Amino acid sequence: MEIFGIGVLSWLTFLPIVGMLAVLMIPKGNEAIVKWTALGITGLQLILAVVVYLNFDPSLSGINNVDSMQFVEKAKWIDVSANSWVGRIQIEYFLGIDGLSFPMVILTALICFIAVIASWNIPKALKGYMAMLLLLDTGMMGVFVALDFFLFYVFWEVMLLPMYFLIGIWGGPRREYAAIKFFLYTLFGSVLMLLAMIALYFSVTVPDAVTGERIHTFNMLAMMDPANYDPNSLLAGMGTTFRSLAYLGLFIGFAIKVPIFPFHTWLPDAHVEAPTAISVILAGVLLKMGTYGLLRVSFPMFPDIATAWVVPLGILAFINIVYGALCAMAQKDFKKLIAYSSVSHMGIVLLGMAAMNTQGMMGAVFQMFNHGTITAMLFLIVGVVYDRAHTRDLDAFGGLAITMPKYTGIMTVAFFAALGLPGLSGFISEAFSFLGAFQVDELRVITIASTLGIVLTAAYMLWTLQRVFLGKPNEKWAGMPDINGRELSALVPLAIIVLVLGIYPSLLLNYMSTSLNHLIDIVRTGGQGMAMLP
Amino acid sequence: MSPDTLLQLAVAILLLPLLNFVVLVFFSKRLPRQGDWLATGVLFVVLLMSIVVLATKLGTYHDETLQRSFPWVDFGNVPGFGPLTLQLGIMVDNIAAIMMVVVAIVSSFVHLFSIDYMRGDVRYGRYFAYLGVFTFSMLGIVITNNFFMMYVSWELVGLSSYLLIGHWFEKKSASDAANKAFIVNRIGDVGMFIGIMILYATFHTLSFDPIFAAIGAGQIPMGSEAWLTAAGILVFCGAVGKSAQFPLHVWLPDAMEGPTPVSALIHAATMVAAGVYLVTRTFAMMTADALVVIAHVGAITAFIAATIAVTQNDIKKVLAYSTVSQLGYMVMGLGAGAYTAGFFHLSTHAMFKAGLFLGSGSVIHAMHHALHHANDHHTDAQDIRNMGGLRAKMPVTFWTFLIYTLAISGVPLTSGFLSKDELLAGTLAFGELTGHMLIPILAFGVAGMTAFYMFRLVILTFLGEHKDPHRFDAVHESPWTMTVPLTGFAILSFFAVFTGTFNPFSAEGWFTDAVQRPASVVPAAVAAAGNEVFGEALHHAHGTAMILSLIIAGTGILLAFVTYYWRKINADAIAEKVKPLYTFLLNKWYFDELYDATAVKGTLALTRAYAWFDATVIDGIVNGTARWTLGVTTGTRNTWEEGNFGAIAYSIAAGMASVYAGWLLASGLAPAEPSLGAIIQYGLLGIGAAGLSFFLFYVGVGGFDNKIVDGLVNLVASLAGFFGIVSRRLQTGRIQTYLALALLGVMVFFLWFRG
Repeated sequence: MEIFGIGVLSWLTFLPIVGMLAVLMIPKGNEAIVKWTALGITGLQLILAVVVYLNFDPSLSGINNVDSMQFVEKAKWIDVSANSWVGRIQIEYFLGIDGLSFPMVILTALICFIAVIASWNIPKALKGYMAMLLLLDTGMMGVFVALDFFLFYVFWEVMLLPMYFLIGIWGGPRREYAAIKFFLYTLFGSVLMLLAMIALYFSVTVPDAVTGERIHTFNMLAMMDPANYDPNSLLAGMGTTFRSLAYLGLFIGFAIKVPIFPFHTWLPDAHVEAPTAISVILAGVLLKMGTYGLLRVSFPMFPDIATAWVVPLGILAFINIVYGALCAMAQKDFKKLIAYSSVSHMGIVLLGMAAMNTQGMMGAVFQMFNHGTITAMLFLIVGVVYDRAHTRDLDAFGGLAITMPKYTGIMTVAFFAALGLPGLSGFISEAFSFLGAFQVDELRVITIASTLGIVLTAAYMLWTLQRVFLGKPNEKWAGMPDINGRELSALVPLAIIVLVLGIYPSLLLNYMSTSLNHLIDIVRTGGQGMAMLP
Repeated sequence: MSPDTLLQLAVAILLLPLLNFVVLVFFSKRLPRQGDWLATGVLFVVLLMSIVVLATKLGTYHDETLQRSFPWVDFGNVPGFGPLTLQLGIMVDNIAAIMMVVVAIVSSFVHLFSIDYMRGDVRYGRYFAYLGVFTFSMLGIVITNNFFMMYVSWELVGLSSYLLIGHWFEKKSASDAANKAFIVNRIGDVGMFIGIMILYATFHTLSFDPIFAAIGAGQIPMGSEAWLTAAGILVFCGAVGKSAQFPLHVWLPDAMEGPTPVSALIHAATMVAAGVYLVTRTFAMMTADALVVIAHVGAITAFIAATIAVTQNDIKKVLAYSTVSQLGYMVMGLGAGAYTAGFFHLSTHAMFKAGLFLGSGSVIHAMHHALHHANDHHTDAQDIRNMGGLRAKMPVTFWTFLIYTLAISGVPLTSGFLSKDELLAGTLAFGELTGHMLIPILAFGVAGMTAFYMFRLVILTFLGEHKDPHRFDAVHESPWTMTVPLTGFAILSFFAVFTGTFNPFSAEGWFTDAVQRPASVVPAAVAAAGNEVFGEALHHAHGTAMILSLIIAGTGILLAFVTYYWRKINADAIAEKVKPLYTFLLNKWYFDELYDATAVKGTLALTRAYAWFDATVIDGIVNGTARWTLGVTTGTRNTWEEGNFGAIAYSIAAGMASVYAGWLLASGLAPAEPSLGAIIQYGLLGIGAAGLSFFLFYVGVGGFDNKIVDGLVNLVASLAGFFGIVSRRLQTGRIQTYLALALLGVMVFFLWFRG
């Protein structure tokens, strides 16, 4: 599918860069134009995402099969002819989506649009802010559509820099600490990922279409086929030490993004300091890049190691769920509480993934989407009250339900969605993740233990709700205005999505099932017998 | 009426209350009287429709189960299994049809009652909206044919209960009670969820009939009967939470913080009975062991709650514990195998207990009014010690309240007599068949206590003299919107309603015909006594049970009159004599204190410990590593700036040597098979090599003092016009250095992998 001769995925990915350039060219003092440009660009991107949604064929599997990838764009990007040192380097501009990346593409477009609405009142250097936000948008979208590992890595790093500036410049009092921590942590992770990527590159060869000469490749799909591994290479064979090491490297790289315990401490700091819209993006999209990476890269490329390490992954999932919930309960800062709740909710994604069966995997990917919408709502909600009161202390409020009834109404939807109330989308993904994990013998005990998280989540969510919204109104905030139209326009679409997907999840699940079943098949059969095209 | 029409009608019944919610929550401010009559009217329409459904079901499709399923989620072609979907659907069988009418009656009457009871409330429209969402979710529990929708509705009634208990959320006690209700219920729900997971892992469906059919065909969870028992007990955990069974009963008495009509609807008649309904739904898959557990949980609950109810002085608290006790009764009956009796008692109890609560609401309403009139803001309007003599002023309330009390005490001519007698006979039969004699003993004991404390309530509230004549003058009977529902429930407490015959001593009638115990599907070796054996034992136990229950109820009532009406026995003196026991009961067996000291305090302590651990240990390691790295790099930089070439040369040499050693190790020692040792070894090696290269690179780059990178940044800054802020505000140099270091580390590995 092409628009003006350019593929729709390229449009989706690079439209924000165009927007960024446009924003930078707007002369100083035209803040309104900057804002509307950014909104227009992300709005256009969202429309494109809807177009993709309408044209997406849910019956195609993708994952390791280029023929059933959709909206594929493939072009030679870097092709350095053979030299004595590294051989021939061929890097492709290779984009495409399947049922695994599709929900993330929709989510990214949606969250970025919402984030621009939430950024309406940025007090300083709005132009730079919007430019960075749009660059970030490109980076995130690129990660989800790239099928060449090098390209994937480039987008991964592109995303890092604007995030660093967005927290470091427009953040709260400890923004520099938080930004550097975020940056170094992610950098540490991406270095490990880079190592694994290089190891993969030197292990995998595909025949050149013209000469038949075997050349190294960054093609992710090629990396999923064991037949492409050079028998003498580092990662050849199955279940070798080097493969375990490479998997571990990738895993840590992705784990930091998720974040998985014990690599999670950058998250509360980053969230607390980041401006509202950036928290929304951070929780809404960025965290999913970690779990997406595990599913797109680690699982299909290292099925031998992934299946062998199911129990450790399950244990980490359990720790994330329960530890995150317990830490959340102890927080006094509203935003920190939501940040830890993210740790807990991402644990559910991990649990579903560890199951490696249909219910678990669908639950996991659906939970990635739902966590994106629900936590985005939660951060927007914190933002609303912070903008008015300039404090996030949970004990400083009380009785907001009386002063701000509309706000309380929309908050109730978000809070109950977060605690997994049936009828709202979060419940279905949680239930499926648990249902999936429970079916795996090795994970049964872990799953039962993890259900503790369900109770704890209800406890801290309701306790927070009680402290902030119920009780007698605090006279200090007596004149606080209720939520305004702009804030509602960011929250209401999300609330509608949460509700609609809670009642009829097939609107999204149907688009994932074929691909995820195929992915499970690859992981289960260790990548054997898969048709592979270079 | 065709089955499809009937099911469509059932769906309409389900959705109409939801419509109420949607309309009222958004538009109640714009509707006349905030939409109270609209909501009430819709509910009466629902009532009519549900009666039509019941009549048709019993008339035309008496022995059929009408159901329709539809695929809700398509899992696609599941590897190793084949195509799989998750089916949802609705089902109308006899118990669903009866339960639907029960819910509709109580809900519509409570709507009507609330109009005057809640008049002038701050969130009047919101209140009716929540009643709507509750009725919807409750009906969802009733007409589902699968565990998934059951669980969904199960949690949604929990939500509406939470919202309504916390209706007056300005009061801390109300919001506390709401939280407690939701969280305690969640604990039970998690048990139920695990039970559902066991079933799903085995049967790959959540619909009742296919699961029961599969068990009947010999397929059991994990191939073990113990798992089947576990599944049964875990599913029952949901009922333990929702129906306030021991040990999760603590939330229900606190739930009385909600408006009284809500207590009648949710916390007496319908939602709390959902647990009992769940047990009837899943009765067929319960093993004998599971049923014994269920019977004992019920009996213990019934006993504990009854002993507490004897000592309480708050009119709603007495009724609350009475509810807990009666729910325990029903659960006990089902556990004992008296399926029909358990469900029968659920239905009769719903009528008279809703009536009792509405009656207490009427009393509280009048007391409030009188206290307000007397400008008294200290006296507790709900304390029965402040009442007495209300009979003269509130005749309708009194007479209806008396009828309900007779029913709950099991006096002939009432519906309660029939259902209670059936239940008691069931426990006797169970005791004879299995030897668990504790069950019938507790059952009869509780019957006596119930009669005693209920008549204590009636005597102290309505009979005797009022404590304050001045206040008494201002007491008035409630308006018609309140007395009509009271009368309605009183009529529904007569035996004939539930039998359709004129024999007050026999439960045989349309109800017992419609509700027949289903055949057990569990393997014969672990099944409870079959329908015929149990029926036989039940038949024998009947006469004994009836005589015993009459004697015991009579004794209880007599004792209440002797103590509280004729005052031949001094209750206070007895309480003084057994003070420890009295205090123990008055404080509700100290369950709240126990849970607070263990579960609540324990969790809070744990959260603080973990938060400390997270901030100090985990983050401490992270920051410590950063500081250490910074220290090392700054150290090197200083060395460079001081011009100590010896030290630099040394570090370069050391670094190169280490990398070479690492390379040798890697190529020489690489084992073919992965082992933990090897992985740790390589991990350490990798970290060592990376660290070294970081270290080395700094020596090279540090000297440039970031001139090149800073220059680049400044160039971009002047172009973009905002990077200036960046370089001023952030120590970009440090970041760039790390970036460069990382790059060098990667390059070292690059070389390694290439070889």
